[in-house]
Amino acid sequence: MPERKVRGQVIVALLLAVLGFAVAVQVRAQDREGIYPGARRSELVQLLDSLDAANLRADRQIAELEATKRELQTSTNATQTAQQEAREEATTLAILAGTVAATGPGVAIEIQDQKGSISAATMLNAVEELRDAGAEAIEVNDTARIVAQTYFADGDGSITIDGAPVRPPYLIEAIGSPQTLSVAVSFPGGLADEVEALGGSVFVAEADAIDITALSQQRAPEYAQPAP
Amino acid sequence: MIPVIGLFVGIAAGLFLDPSVPVALQPYLPIAVVAALDAVFGALRAYLDGIFDDKVFVISFVSNVVIAALIVYLGDQLGVGGQLSTGVIVVLGIRIFSNVAAIRRHIFHA
Repeated sequence: MPERKVRGQVIVALLLAVLGFAVAVQVRAQDREGIYPGARRSELVQLLDSLDAANLRADRQIAELEATKRELQTSTNATQTAQQEAREEATTLAILAGTVAATGPGVAIEIQDQKGSISAATMLNAVEELRDAGAEAIEVNDTARIVAQTYFADGDGSITIDGAPVRPPYLIEAIGSPQTLSVAVSFPGGLADEVEALGGSVFVAEADAIDITALSQQRAPEYAQPAP
Repeated sequence: MIPVIGLFVGIAAGLFLDPSVPVALQPYLPIAVVAALDAVFGALRAYLDGIFDDKVFVISFVSNVVIAALIVYLGDQLGVGGQLSTGVIVVLGIRIFSNVAAIRRHIFHA
């Protein structure tokens, strides 16, 4: 009975196909799952131990790196602060040295001197009074910035400031507290009285914004060195 | 001849289709494969002995797979799935060995 035989072979073939399919699938799945499912317990324990150690190492590394990061941030902050302070100090010094223009509240003092009787001494006196009242930046006639090295000398019917002649009427502009500065000029026996005694006249105007644009030539010290 | 072709077709299908084993079947598939192998070697031996019967083969194949899966399932339920799987594998392995030995005697007369 060949028909029955063929049918039996087909059924066997079918079962073997199922078996082959299952084997292939299982082998593939085993490949995909990697070494862990087939590993022995001792191997797994060893694997776990080494992973733990690696973890510990990584943790330590993270801690170290974070400490470094903190240090760097701190030092960056310190550098930034130092830079900020240096910049502010540079600005302050530049205003004091008269190398930059300055603006702020202050007074404008006009001194009329028809007789030419205002001398360098009177001008120096005026500057000293203003400085005493806290003037932070001073200029005369928009051309002469008054700084620490400024000198006054008498010229021919005028005053010489830093070697440059300045002619009347004199306009002294000073940045500082307007009230204090104007009081410093007009107090009894002060600048105003002095100038009027010499035959001139003084007008003081307080202003919210005085622009001082005259710059002083910066001279590098030739002889003086910073003392250690 | 047809059964050998069937075997290769099954292997090829498994390799090319490459389906993922359902999670529920994962513990049973290896055991079922070994049980089926046992049935196949038994059938091969019977064939060489001249007493092969396809009905017997089908029944032994299916019952082997089902019983193996059942034993593993029972073991899982009892919490001794791993040990019972090992036991089933050992028993089936011994049977495969003895069947292969009989086949060997047939082929090599040794």
